[in-house]
Amino acid sequence: MKTIKVGLGTCGVSAGGDKTYEAIKYEIEQQSIQATVKETGCNGMCYREPLMEVIDEDLKSYLYGEVTPERVKRIMTEHVLNGTPVDEWIVQGGMPTEDDLFLKKQKRIVLRNCGIIDPNSIEEYMAVGGYQAIQKVLKEYSPDRVIEAIIASGLRGRGGGGFLTGVKWRFCRQSPGTIKYIICNADEGDPGAFMDRSTLEGDPHSVLEGMMICAYAIGAEEGYIYARAEYPKAVQRLKDAIRNLLAKGFLGKGIFGSNTNFSIKIKEGAGAFVCGEETALIASIEGKRGMPRFRPPFPAQSGLWGKPTNINNVETYANVPWIIVNGPEAFSSMGTENSKGSKVFALAGKILRGGLAEVPMGITINEIVHEIGGGIKGGKKFKAVQMGGPSGGCIPASMGDLQIDYQQINKTGAIMGSGGLVVMDETTCMVDMAKFFLRFTQDESCGKCTFCRVGTKRMLEILERITDGKGQEGDVELLRHLAYQIRNNTICGLGQTAPNPVLTTLKYFPEEYEAHIKHKKCPAHSCPALLTYSIREEACKGCMACAKACPVEAVSGEKKKVHAIDQALCIRCGKCFETCKFDAVLKD
Amino acid sequence: MLQVEESKEERMKSGFSSFKVELWKYQGERGALIPLLQSAQESYGYIPESAIDHISEVVAIPAAEIYGVITFYAQFRLKPMGKNIIKICDGTACHVNASSAIIKTIENELRITNDETTDDGLFTLQKVACLGCCSLSPVVMINEETHGRLTPKKVQQLLKEYRERTQGEAE
Repeated sequence: MKTIKVGLGTCGVSAGGDKTYEAIKYEIEQQSIQATVKETGCNGMCYREPLMEVIDEDLKSYLYGEVTPERVKRIMTEHVLNGTPVDEWIVQGGMPTEDDLFLKKQKRIVLRNCGIIDPNSIEEYMAVGGYQAIQKVLKEYSPDRVIEAIIASGLRGRGGGGFLTGVKWRFCRQSPGTIKYIICNADEGDPGAFMDRSTLEGDPHSVLEGMMICAYAIGAEEGYIYARAEYPKAVQRLKDAIRNLLAKGFLGKGIFGSNTNFSIKIKEGAGAFVCGEETALIASIEGKRGMPRFRPPFPAQSGLWGKPTNINNVETYANVPWIIVNGPEAFSSMGTENSKGSKVFALAGKILRGGLAEVPMGITINEIVHEIGGGIKGGKKFKAVQMGGPSGGCIPASMGDLQIDYQQINKTGAIMGSGGLVVMDETTCMVDMAKFFLRFTQDESCGKCTFCRVGTKRMLEILERITDGKGQEGDVELLRHLAYQIRNNTICGLGQTAPNPVLTTLKYFPEEYEAHIKHKKCPAHSCPALLTYSIREEACKGCMACAKACPVEAVSGEKKKVHAIDQALCIRCGKCFETCKFDAVLKD
Repeated sequence: MLQVEESKEERMKSGFSSFKVELWKYQGERGALIPLLQSAQESYGYIPESAIDHISEVVAIPAAEIYGVITFYAQFRLKPMGKNIIKICDGTACHVNASSAIIKTIENELRITNDETTDDGLFTLQKVACLGCCSLSPVVMINEETHGRLTPKKVQQLLKEYRERTQGEAE
């Protein structure tokens, strides 16, 4: 009997995966087909969603892409019923395809089960070796040995800080006290990052197992998952997974027949980016406003309700079971001198193949963008990547051979961050990008530190006037001055890194700032206030399409006569440019 | 465990909102404030003043402090919301892929801007930072459904569908 799997992560569903799933079930009934249909998470190929995998009786797998309900019938009839794969829709498993490149350079540790197992089934997770690491640890390892193994693996916190995970665990273990807590930070808030959502939706048990191992190593009996409110599906998956664990007796008193107790609670966040910061997150779990506080004391000394607390993010925990099963050496053999293992990146923006890619550390930006991601959409020119979200920065295409490694990335002024990698082409304005991120941090600043609360606001005002064509001499210097003040006079990561998007764009794209300020031009043709639309007389056919589209009647002219745009009336909305079929509207 | 969900529905039928039940169940657990506020919002669509007073009494936290927590988090509302909540993503990837055109279309269609509700009470508009569907950008989330790879045309269609669906349900 053939097995059919449909990717039903949030990305799959929003691409219409649930309709595909229904269509498959319908066909099975209609044509009395013998096949099992299963739900699975995201395999990372978001750009091909909805995805449908058909596994033949001999276990050969065929992955179909862009499976709309209309395509289902043919696949079901020709392939599932009659055994002839529909070659033209196969993205993987049939003839070699371009899509093979997407997976070729990947090394899947965190995403090892995503898109393969049914995330709702604890049995499937166990069938692929799940919950063996925790059992091994409980039987054979002392807590200190677990910590040594994690230190030896070289695993660093994947949430952005990049602190050595094992060392963090040791601090917490060594802190005096009998009651300790562990927290999983699933408040993935960086715009442009979605690896934690995908991991929780596709393989929640790997995260829960990682938490169990951490709890044992530290001596914690209670764990919390702080999950983002915008991720309802991930929260549901976690709740189901915890329920399954409780039903099997794997959580609670004496887990897996040991004398270790462990329970997990889910806390849903209420929408505040700053709660990704450890001390703010703790305040939020305690039911308060999520405002960061001074460190020390660090959470490892005094965290949740004043007890020693260890916080790691989703991706960090998901790595842990793999390290225990495969050994720390297997993990540390990958990567560079100071950055071991793999990292999941969320590829988005102007890239051809957007999705989730887990790559070994040490891979270059060019390899990710051009080989895995397939280059830029629409044949445009690669300009920069934005790494690390609002705390990170823009790395120009000229530095594309840079190896992905915590130190190397930090040297550029960006940060590894949680792994959002937004690709930009020649039509992206870097000043606008800096403004975008600053508006975000300005909005999300908790208001505790003056420099973050007021400083980011002043910086935003300057950037707004620059993109409005009202930039002044000295604005760049003022931006720099404010940036350093904010960086040095704030207590948490949000404030300290908020100026990074501005500083990196100033460093790598000074000419764009200059063009905006001095020449009142946006080189990327993106800032509306700095554009002028005019008619190219030689191309205009006099079709009136642009005149009809113009909301303010700024286009004059009669049928079959060359039109003209009245610059005094024009609001620069770009409707005429979009409407014209003859490329007769010039945007400059 | 599934029973919990069912009994919740039954409770709703019996006229007790899940919020009230949560309040009754409260036994002094730490950190209960935010879950209680979430429960109130789930029951009423927003957090009415009476809910703040109830919580304050039961949990023994001053109403002013509760108000402080409510206004800190983006999720909480002090005003009633529309039947459909549209969250427009303006995250990095969506921004780069012209989410501004989507935002403009929705604003024009519904004649409301960020954080406003239409006069007929059908839609509330919220701009959010990132919905985590970057590879399908631009994206909007209506209630709990996510819609990706949008164009202004598709959005118009989508709004029409929701309007018809909601009005259909009402009849």
